[in-house]
Amino acid sequence: MANQDFPLIFEHSQESRTGFSLPEMDVPEVDLTDMFDERYIRETEADLPEVSELQIMRHYTALSTRNHGVDSGFYPLGSCTMKYNPKMNEDIARLAGFSHIHPYQDEETIQGALELMYDLQTSLAEITGMHTVTLQPAAGAHGEWTGLMMIRAFHEANGDFGRTKVIVPDSAHGTNPASATVAGFEAVTVKSDDRGLVDLEDLKRVVGEDTAALMLTNPNTLGLFEEHILEMAEIIHDAGGKLYYDGANLNAILGYARPGDMGFDVVHLNLHKTFTGPHGGGGPGSGPVGVTEEFAAYLPKPVLIKKGEQYGFDYDRPKSIGRVKPYYGNFGINVRAYTYIRTMGAEGLKKVSEYAVLNANYMMRRLEKEFDLPFSQHCKHEFVLSGKRQKKLGVRTLDIAKRLLDFGYHPPTIYFPLNVEEALMVEPTETESKETLDAFVDAMIQISNEAKEDPEIVQEAPHTTVVSRMDETTAARKPVLRYNKGS
Amino acid sequence: MEFRYLPMTEKDKQEMLDTIGINKTEELFEDIPEKVRFKGELGIKPPSNEYKLTKELTELANKNVNLKSHTSFLGAGVYDHYIPSVVDHVISRSEFYTAYTPYQPEISQGELQAIFEFQTMICELTAMDVANSSMYDGGTALAEAVNLSAGTTRKKKVIVSSTVHPESRAVIQSYANGPGVEIIEIGHENGVTDLKALAAELDENTAGVVLQYPNFFGQIEPLAEVRELLDTQKKAMMIVSSNPLALGYMNPPGEFGADIVVGDAQVFGIPAQFGGPHCGYFATTKKLMRKVPGRLVGQTKDEQGRRGFVLTLQAREQHIRRDKATSNICSNQALNALASSVAMSSLGKQGVKKMAWTNIQKTAYMKKALEDNGVNVAYTGPFFNELVINLGNDVQNANKKLLEKGFIGGYDLGASYNELAGHMLIAVTEVRTKDEIDNFAQELGDING
Ligand SMILES: Cc1ncc(COP(=O)(O)O)c(C=O)c1O
Repeated sequence: MANQDFPLIFEHSQESRTGFSLPEMDVPEVDLTDMFDERYIRETEADLPEVSELQIMRHYTALSTRNHGVDSGFYPLGSCTMKYNPKMNEDIARLAGFSHIHPYQDEETIQGALELMYDLQTSLAEITGMHTVTLQPAAGAHGEWTGLMMIRAFHEANGDFGRTKVIVPDSAHGTNPASATVAGFEAVTVKSDDRGLVDLEDLKRVVGEDTAALMLTNPNTLGLFEEHILEMAEIIHDAGGKLYYDGANLNAILGYARPGDMGFDVVHLNLHKTFTGPHGGGGPGSGPVGVTEEFAAYLPKPVLIKKGEQYGFDYDRPKSIGRVKPYYGNFGINVRAYTYIRTMGAEGLKKVSEYAVLNANYMMRRLEKEFDLPFSQHCKHEFVLSGKRQKKLGVRTLDIAKRLLDFGYHPPTIYFPLNVEEALMVEPTETESKETLDAFVDAMIQISNEAKEDPEIVQEAPHTTVVSRMDETTAARKPVLRYNKGS
Repeated sequence: MEFRYLPMTEKDKQEMLDTIGINKTEELFEDIPEKVRFKGELGIKPPSNEYKLTKELTELANKNVNLKSHTSFLGAGVYDHYIPSVVDHVISRSEFYTAYTPYQPEISQGELQAIFEFQTMICELTAMDVANSSMYDGGTALAEAVNLSAGTTRKKKVIVSSTVHPESRAVIQSYANGPGVEIIEIGHENGVTDLKALAAELDENTAGVVLQYPNFFGQIEPLAEVRELLDTQKKAMMIVSSNPLALGYMNPPGEFGADIVVGDAQVFGIPAQFGGPHCGYFATTKKLMRKVPGRLVGQTKDEQGRRGFVLTLQAREQHIRRDKATSNICSNQALNALASSVAMSSLGKQGVKKMAWTNIQKTAYMKKALEDNGVNVAYTGPFFNELVINLGNDVQNANKKLLEKGFIGGYDLGASYNELAGHMLIAVTEVRTKDEIDNFAQELGDING
């Protein structure tokens, strides 16, 4: 370890130091070697760190200061909806009656939890305009795969085994084609037109008897509403396919439009985006799936139902695609989302989308003077700029992103979607103040000026972070994926 | 109604509308076709203020019997363990929980390093070369392992022991339906995998063999014998689902030549919370490193030569490889991996061993207490922290009686094993005291009559 390296927890370790306080061994001990064949007893101990409680707190507190979250500063990471995570939600999720309940307790003893889940799934069905919602999937991608497996089961139940393809737009998130593959389909791409929307002619070309479904994000990943959604639904449905809604961008249309009314058959939501589940440094999320009535029989089991005044799980679902996750989903995240929905109500949720969209449009109009804007219509909750102009000056989108770090911002999503060159995808969310939006826009304009006048300051950024740019090539060529003592 | 999460004032709004060059925000939604615009108000409950909603949701939570209000002997994949206070203090640092995937390493070293440490701890416990940054849970991690074995060996048959968690087996089946992997289940003998049945099924078409160690019944699977069998079919992968706490004392699957080891780190610092979010882990060999699903953190250096961490080997992942990715997973369980890391750091080398050992000792004591009370313990082999008892009568009924005495009873095995109707699975962790064990055994003895 060079002196300037930030220590690993293992490097604080000293033999026989302790950070635990285990319950007493208050039963008479037996000789375990009587019971265990020695082949099943560990020979060398797992080399976990031996540190005191204060050392743990200092270590992780120091690590936290080397990390940027929404509470640290603006985080306009497009497609991820990095809105404020309400503190109240955290408190509610930690109540013993929610955090310390076991999935196999007798249903009678967990009616409170089931009531919450039932009310949440009913609310989500109303918000999306779907018939029934399952809370079982753990995240967006898991929801996608769940939905596609249901679509597959539906076609197969109709004796339709030739529907082997799932259509995804070229602007789609990577999980869409990946989920199609995991569900046993072949992913085929449909192009976008010059307005950033699905090209209807190309859609007509790729659709056919082998189409199982079209996966669509609406507004799409360019932040644009697919205006021809009804025509698209017709094209797909006429061909016998189904319409899948990737709900990652639902934050744009709460109370303004519902996927169910647009003709979508299966929908997933990202409760960790639209409904304030904290992103956790990468997760956990929650990816409920909503369906129309004709798909209800295929939902993963068990399905939570209300029998009279009692809530309970229904396992008798012969057409179900089966289980997609042990137990009943990421309940702790669902509690947070429920608390949020109850805080906002219909009135608040509609305002959420109003401001999410207003904020994005405001920033877009201020920024279009300095950056290329490939699609100029009003956007929804996010917009995509191109760093093409700056690239000509030798400043890449990556450099712009790194320079933003010096201003205390998390950069936008970069190089996605793939159909925009040098893409910068900005999603402000509704929880940011105008002062923040203005300050960020000013920083972007300053960086654009730097690109013209002093490109090196951008190319060599960041200048203020605890580490500078990382050697990612060596990381991938000679992977070091764990700590080894003495190395 | 005021909304404290929405900061815009009317004045702000007007200035922004002027900049955009429109009169009303409604104009921004005109690209939504008239026919699909939602006209009414969503039929959900009205907004609520913080005080009132807290009170209401607290009352709802109080309707649930919980592991703190009652003495629980329920396990079956989700356990009530000692959680050091530091865990919640660390994961409540909002720099961690309000961040997302660490795509910008310069401002995400905290998360990246914490995950790198997590990967290391999982490698240590399992004795494997590589561990990823987490999976949704143990069940989906196992399902991904099954599909990985089929994809890598280009064989379509995977043998799964019936002593694997029933819900994990259900998830395996759902996932296997995607690529069309054939799942063969084999039975159990005296609480462990029927090795004769395994030997009979194992052939050159086998992509992998899936076992759980300790298994769903708490019993220790004979991995050494399984290894010998697998040596006759070298291509077939050994896939083991392991409770990582047990590996504090037990010889880890890596020592038996496992190809993939998965499981759930819920046992380290994560409350039961009705079954999720927990924290799947996925560990494997160097050879399979580039096939691993999900995110991996690697060590590297910055421009000044300082050690730092980045997401690496991303060419496996959906955002780069799209339909060719090794998995569709994107968001994972990072915050829970952090919780587990903090718990594992607290326990450390000595604590994890001691905790595992205490679980076995207390379970051994329970076994004796039950036998002293005339309760029939089903299996005779070694166990970790769970036991199967044969009540010979209705388990749900027994649990109702136990509840009246302040106990959350065990898992009704008849719900997932026809042959085990009337059997209950009991978990005894380090948090149970001798008195609680004595009283529980006595109650069960009384119920047993
Ligand atoms: C458009 C879109 N679809 C799908 C996903 C996948 O969701 P998750 O990360 O929850 O699996 C994401 C986000 O990561 C996304 O932005």
